[in-house]
Amino acid sequence: MIHSLFLINNAGDLFLEKHWKSVISRSVCDYFFEAREKAVEPDNVPPVIRTPHHYLINIYREKIFFVSVIQTEVPPLFVIEFLHRVAETFQDYFGECSETTIKDNVVIVYELLEEMLDNGFPLATESNILKELIRPPTILRSMVNTITGSSNVGETLPTGQLSNIPWRRAGVKYTNNEAYFDVVEEIDAILDKSGTTVFAEIQGVIDACVKLSGMPDLTLSFMNPRLLDDVSFHPCVRYKRWESERVISFIPPDGNFQLMSYHISAQNLVAIPIYVKQNISFFETGSSGRLDIAVGPKQTMGKTVECLVVTVHMPKVVLSANLSATQGTYNYDPVTKILLWDIGKLNPQKLPNLKGSLSLQSGAPKPEENPSLNIDLKIQQLAISGLKVNRLDMYGEKYKPFKGVKYVTKAGKFQQRLSEWLLVHTEV
Amino acid sequence: MSASSAFSDEKGGSASEPEYGHDPASGGIFSSDYKRHDDLKEMLDSNKDSLKLEAMKRIVAMIARGKNASDLFPAVVKNVACKNIEVKKLVYVYLVRYAEEQQDLALLSISTFQRGLKDPNQLIRASALRVLSSIRVTIIVPIMMLAIKEAASDMSPYVRKTAAHAIPKLHSLDPEQKDQLIEVIEKLLADKTTLVAGSVVMAFEEVCPDRIDLIHKNYRKLCNLLIDVEEWGQVVIINMLTRYARTQFLNPNVNESLLEESSEKAFYASDDEEDEDKKAEVTTLEKRKPYVMDPDHRLLLRNTKPLLQSRNAAVVMAVAQLYFHLAPKAEVGIIAKALGMFEPYLKSFYIRSTDPTQIKILKLEVLTNLANEANISTILREFQTYIKSMDKDFVAASIQAIGRCATNIGEVRDTCLNGLVQLLSNRDELVVAESVVVIKKLLQMQPEQHSDIIKHMAKLIDNIQVPMARASILWLIGEYCEHVPKIAPDVLRKMAKSFTNEEDIVKLQIINLAAKLYLTNSKQTKLLTQYVLNLAKYDQNYDIRDRARFIRQLIVPTDKSGALNKYAKKLFLALKPAPVLESPFKDRDHFQLGSLSHLLNAKAAGYQELPDWPESAPDPSVRNVEVKDSIPDWSKCSSRKDRKEKKVEKPFYSDSEGESGPTESADSGNCGESSASGSDESGSGSESEESREETESEEEEEDEEEEKKKRKKLDKTKAKKQAEESAERCAIHTIHQIRTIAPSGSIKMYELLHRITGEGLAVEYCFSRQPFSPDPNMVAVQIQFTNNTNSETKNLHIEDPRLQSGMRIREFAEIGLQPTGESVTVVMGIDFCDSTQAANFQLCTHTRKFFVSIQPPVGELMTPTFLTENNFKKEQGKLMGMNEILEKLTLGEKCVNEHVIVERVTATANLSRVPCGSDKECRFAGKTVSSGCLVLVTVTTKEGGGAQLTVNCEKMVIGTMLVKDILQALSQ
Repeated sequence: MIHSLFLINNAGDLFLEKHWKSVISRSVCDYFFEAREKAVEPDNVPPVIRTPHHYLINIYREKIFFVSVIQTEVPPLFVIEFLHRVAETFQDYFGECSETTIKDNVVIVYELLEEMLDNGFPLATESNILKELIRPPTILRSMVNTITGSSNVGETLPTGQLSNIPWRRAGVKYTNNEAYFDVVEEIDAILDKSGTTVFAEIQGVIDACVKLSGMPDLTLSFMNPRLLDDVSFHPCVRYKRWESERVISFIPPDGNFQLMSYHISAQNLVAIPIYVKQNISFFETGSSGRLDIAVGPKQTMGKTVECLVVTVHMPKVVLSANLSATQGTYNYDPVTKILLWDIGKLNPQKLPNLKGSLSLQSGAPKPEENPSLNIDLKIQQLAISGLKVNRLDMYGEKYKPFKGVKYVTKAGKFQQRLSEWLLVHTEV
Repeated sequence: MSASSAFSDEKGGSASEPEYGHDPASGGIFSSDYKRHDDLKEMLDSNKDSLKLEAMKRIVAMIARGKNASDLFPAVVKNVACKNIEVKKLVYVYLVRYAEEQQDLALLSISTFQRGLKDPNQLIRASALRVLSSIRVTIIVPIMMLAIKEAASDMSPYVRKTAAHAIPKLHSLDPEQKDQLIEVIEKLLADKTTLVAGSVVMAFEEVCPDRIDLIHKNYRKLCNLLIDVEEWGQVVIINMLTRYARTQFLNPNVNESLLEESSEKAFYASDDEEDEDKKAEVTTLEKRKPYVMDPDHRLLLRNTKPLLQSRNAAVVMAVAQLYFHLAPKAEVGIIAKALGMFEPYLKSFYIRSTDPTQIKILKLEVLTNLANEANISTILREFQTYIKSMDKDFVAASIQAIGRCATNIGEVRDTCLNGLVQLLSNRDELVVAESVVVIKKLLQMQPEQHSDIIKHMAKLIDNIQVPMARASILWLIGEYCEHVPKIAPDVLRKMAKSFTNEEDIVKLQIINLAAKLYLTNSKQTKLLTQYVLNLAKYDQNYDIRDRARFIRQLIVPTDKSGALNKYAKKLFLALKPAPVLESPFKDRDHFQLGSLSHLLNAKAAGYQELPDWPESAPDPSVRNVEVKDSIPDWSKCSSRKDRKEKKVEKPFYSDSEGESGPTESADSGNCGESSASGSDESGSGSESEESREETESEEEEEDEEEEKKKRKKLDKTKAKKQAEESAERCAIHTIHQIRTIAPSGSIKMYELLHRITGEGLAVEYCFSRQPFSPDPNMVAVQIQFTNNTNSETKNLHIEDPRLQSGMRIREFAEIGLQPTGESVTVVMGIDFCDSTQAANFQLCTHTRKFFVSIQPPVGELMTPTFLTENNFKKEQGKLMGMNEILEKLTLGEKCVNEHVIVERVTATANLSRVPCGSDKECRFAGKTVSSGCLVLVTVTTKEGGGAQLTVNCEKMVIGTMLVKDILQALSQ
C-alpha cells in the first residue's frame, strides 16, 4: 500500500525519508515540487498527484508536506487518514509536530514509522500501544538512559495488542486519578454583507485527558443529547449504547485522545456571537479607497469574546493601508495582501473600530473582485450550541476520580462576504 | 506485483551509483566522510551497548536523511544478535534498508532470525518474522515460506498477524510461491481473531483477489467481526466484501418500481391483516416473484452501518461506497447524513474564499449537480458571489457552472444568459473570455431569439484579447451570419486586417467566418475572403495553410473543383447540434467509489473491477458454515429463532482467546429488513425502529463484553475474581436497572409518549401481567392516556404498525372522545414472538400522529406456570446442556432472605414460585407467552452471600437475557 514517505518543509527541503518496501529514489518528489510550484498556496497542492510510475498522496500539516508514494490501487482517503495519524502521533510524542522536533527526535520518529506500517500496511497506530513499544522522550528518561544504557524500546508485546480494547494498556496506575473533558466547538459560518447568516453550522469535538488507574468503564451523558446530529466516535465508544440511550459509554485510552466529534447542522439555528460592520470601498479615481470596520457583540450568552482577530484578504492592487484602530493592533502585509487586525478582548462598553484609507497601485482600475473578511475568536466556558455534559459516571474501579469539564467556543471557518448580489437578478 | 519492474529500474539506478555519490557532502570532504564512518565502525565494535546504540542512532539518522550508509553493513550486521533491544531494533531497520544491496552479507544474519522465530517472547518472534520477510533476497525464499507457514499456526494472534503481513512480501519477491501462499491465506482467513482479519484480507487482496471462493465460508464471520477490527482492516475488508457481494447477491434495484411496494408489503404478508385490498395486492406481488434480499446481503449492510460513525474518514467512505454499490436505492440515503450528499445539505457546499482550489471546484460541481427548478435561484445567487472571487480559475469554473445550470434547467436559461452578457463588460478579461465561451454554447441552443446578444458580442471583438473567446465570437458570427447581416462583413474586414497577428485558433475561425460569409453573401465578401485565404496560404502554421487550401477548393468554383462544391453551403451551414455542457467528473462511475482509480478516472495498477450483479444468484448455501445451518426461510419467524440459537452455538462466540466475539449478533432484527427500506418512512419512525434493533443487540454486546473480561481475568488469576466480576457487572448495568427492575410489589410504568412531545397528550404503559383474553399468545399491555391539553382529544387509535415479521398486534378499540384533564386506560395485546424487539406503531388522534414503540423487558414475555416439585425436576432434566445457563453471583446487601429473593425474581420476570423442600433453593417456573416454551429458574443460596442462578429454557436468547436481568436484580 504505502511504499515510502517523504517529509518536505515549506522551503522545499526534503528532510526525512522512510521506505517500507524497496527504496524509491527521492527524485520521484520532483513531480511533487512541480505541483507545489503551480499551486502557489501550499493548501492548493492537489492531494493526489499522478506520475508515470507512482502516485503521490500528500497532506500539508504544521508547515510540513507528508508525501507518500503509492504504486497500486488504494483508497486515497485511507492514505490521507494514515498520514494525519502519523502527524498526530508525532504531536502526541513530541508535544508539537514540526520540522525541528522531528529532526531532533529522528531516531524515535524512525522507530515509530517502523512500527506504524509493515510492508506498507498499518500495523500499530494506537497511541497507547505505540507508547509501550517506544517510550516518548522525556528529559529525565534520556538522562537516565545515557547513564545506564537502558533503552526506550519495550521488550514485550503491548498488552493492548492482544486485548479486545487495543487502545488501552493494562496495569495503568496513577496516584491522582483524574478525567478531564474539553468540549470545543467551532462555528463555521458564511455571513453576507449585512451580517445575515447565509449558512452556519457547528463542528464540535470532545477532547479528553483521562488518567485513571485500572480498567475504568466510563459513561458520559448529556443534558441535551438530541442536539447532536452527525457524530463520529473514537473506537472505544460503544455505538449501540449511543444509538439506544444517547450516552457515551467507553473504556478510555490512557492519556489524551479525542472522544468524539460532532456536527450540528444548519437546520438548527446557530448563534452568531459577534457582528461586524464594515465598509470597504474603492474610489473610481485617485487610486485609493476607504476602510471602516467595527465589531460588536451579538449573541455571546453573557460571556466575554476573546482573542478576536479580523483578517481581510485585499485585492491585489491594494498597496498599503493607513489606518487607525481604537483597540488592538493592525498589520497589512503588502506581499500576501492580508490585513490582520488583532483586537484581543471585546469590551461591550467600548466597541473596537478600525478605519482609514487604502492606497492602490496608481493607474490601476478600481478592483472588481471583493475582499473577504475572516474572523477568529474564542469564548471560554461556553459551548455555543448549548450542549451540556450532564454527568460522568465511572464503573469497574473503586476509587473516586477527579472529574472536570471545560467548554470553549471558537470561530472555525467564519467568513463574512463583502460582495453584493448585483449581477443577475433572478426571480425567486 | 506488476509494477515492480518499473520501480526496480529506479532502484537499480540508485544502487549502481558509487556509494559515496549519494552523499551531497562528498567530493571535497570525501575522505573525512570515511573517517567519520570509521568512528562509527569503532563504536559498533566496542563492548559497550551505549556506544553501539549511539552509533546506530547516528546511522539511522543518516538513513532518514537519505544519506548512504551502506559501507557500514559488515559492522552493523555483526550486532544483529545484540542483547540491547533498541540496538537490535535499529540494526533491523538498517538491515531491511540495505539487505537488497548486500545480499551475501545479509545472509549472515538469517540464522539470528531463525533463532528469533523460536523465541518464547511473542514480540521477538513477530519482529524476527517481520525482518526476515522484509529482507528482499531471493535465496531465502524457502526459509521465508517455512517461517510464514509456521507463524500462521502460532499461538499468538499477533504473530499470526505478522504472518499475514509477510505473505504479500514473499509474493512480490517470488510470485512462483503463489499457490503455497494461497494455502496459508486460506488457513488465516479461517482465523477467528479480529487482530488477524484485516491483515489477512489485505494479503488476499494483494495475492489472490479473484479467489472469491475462499471467502464463502468466512463471509459471515467477517461481517460479524467487522466492528471489532481495527480501522485500517475495516476499510480493506469492506472494500473486499463489496466486490464479493457483487458476485454473490442479486441487484436489489433490479426491479425498482416493484421493489418499493413489495418491500413494504411482502413482509407484512404474514400479518393477520383483515384488509382485503392488501391481501389482494400481496398475492399479485407474489405472482410477480418479488425480489427478496439474501439474508447475508442484509447482514453485510446491517453490520457496516454503525461504522458510519467511525472517526476515520476512510472507514466512513468505505461504508458509503458499500451502500452506494450494494444497497437498495431507498437505503442509500443513510449515507447522506455522514457525507452530506443531498439537497438538504446544499448550504454545506457553499464556498468560502479560503477553501483550497480543489475543494472549491468539487463543491461547485456538487452545487451544479444539486441544482433543480426549486433551488436554482438560490444557487445562481450563490454563484454570482463566486464570480467576484479573487481566485480566477475558480471564477472561470463558476461561469461554466452557470452555463451548465442554464442548459440543464430551461427556465433559467434566459436569466443566466442575461447575467453572462452583463459579465461581458467585466474588467477582467478572463471573466469575459470564459463568459463568451459559455454564451456561445448557450446561444447555440436557440439562436433565433438572441440576435441582439450576437450583435453585442460582435462589438466585443475589438476589446477581447483572449484567443479562445475571440475564436468563439467569430464562430458565432459566422454560424449566425444571417441574424447579423450587416455586422458580419465588417467583422471580417477587421479580422482580415489583424489576421497575421492572431493566434492560430483565431486564424482558423477567421477562415471559417470568411467561408461562411462567402457562401451567404459573396457580393460583399468575395474579395475579403480571397484576401484572407491568401494570407492563410502563406502562414507559418501548416494547419492553417492546409485549411486555406481545403476551403478554397470547397467554396470557390473552378473547373477542377469536384462534386463537393455544390454541397459547400450544406456542409458549412448545416444545423449543428447544440453542445452538451458536461460535468468534468462524468465517465468515472464504472470505478468503485472512493478508489484511487475513481479519483483519477484511470485504472490504477492492482485495481479490481467491481463486477456486475449476477443474473441469478449463486448458491447461497456455500456460505453456510455448519451442516445444519440450512438456508433460512426468511418470512417465517421460527427460522429467525433458529438462527438466533445457532448464533449462540457458533464456536467463536465462546472462543477461548476471547477476542473474537462478534459485537453485534449476526442476525439481530433480520426480519426488519423490509421495513427499514421503506423510503416513505418519516424520520422519527425509522429512528425508533433503529433503536429497537440496536437495544437488543446492545444487550448482547454487553453480555459479551462481560464474557470477554471474565475470560481474560480467569486466564490470569482464576480464584478470587468472582467478587470483582459481579461488582463490575453490576456497574455496567446500572443504567439498565433503572429501566427494567420493577420496584417490589408495584408494576413499573413506562413512558410511551411524553407530555411535551405529545403536545399535551401523555401516554404511559405497563405490562399488567394479566392474561390477554382475546388471544392467549399475546402479552397484555395496559396503556394509560392522560389528556393535559385544554381541548378534547378525539379518535385515539393505532395506525400503521411496523412489526418484525411474525409479530402481531391487537389494537385497542378507538377512544372516541377524551375530555381535558382526564385519564383513560385501555389494554392492547402484542405478540412479541418471544423476542425483545420493539413493536412500533403510530398513535393517532384526530389531529396528530405520534411514532411510538413498546419494547418489552425479557421478563414480561412469559407467564407463570404452576409446576410441582417433581414436574419441575423432570422438565429441568429435559433442558440440560446448551439449554441450561449457570451463573454464580454475590447477592446484594439487601438480599438477606428468601423473601427478598422471591420478590426480586418475580419483579424481574413474570414467573410463579414452585414449591421446594430445601430452604436453600428458590424455584420459579413460567412459559413464554407466544410459543409456550418452559422457563425454569433456580436460585441456590450459599453461605456468605454467594449464590448460583440456573435458568433452563429452550430459547437460549431468552435464557441469556433473563439470566442477566435476574443477576442484576439479585446483586443489587
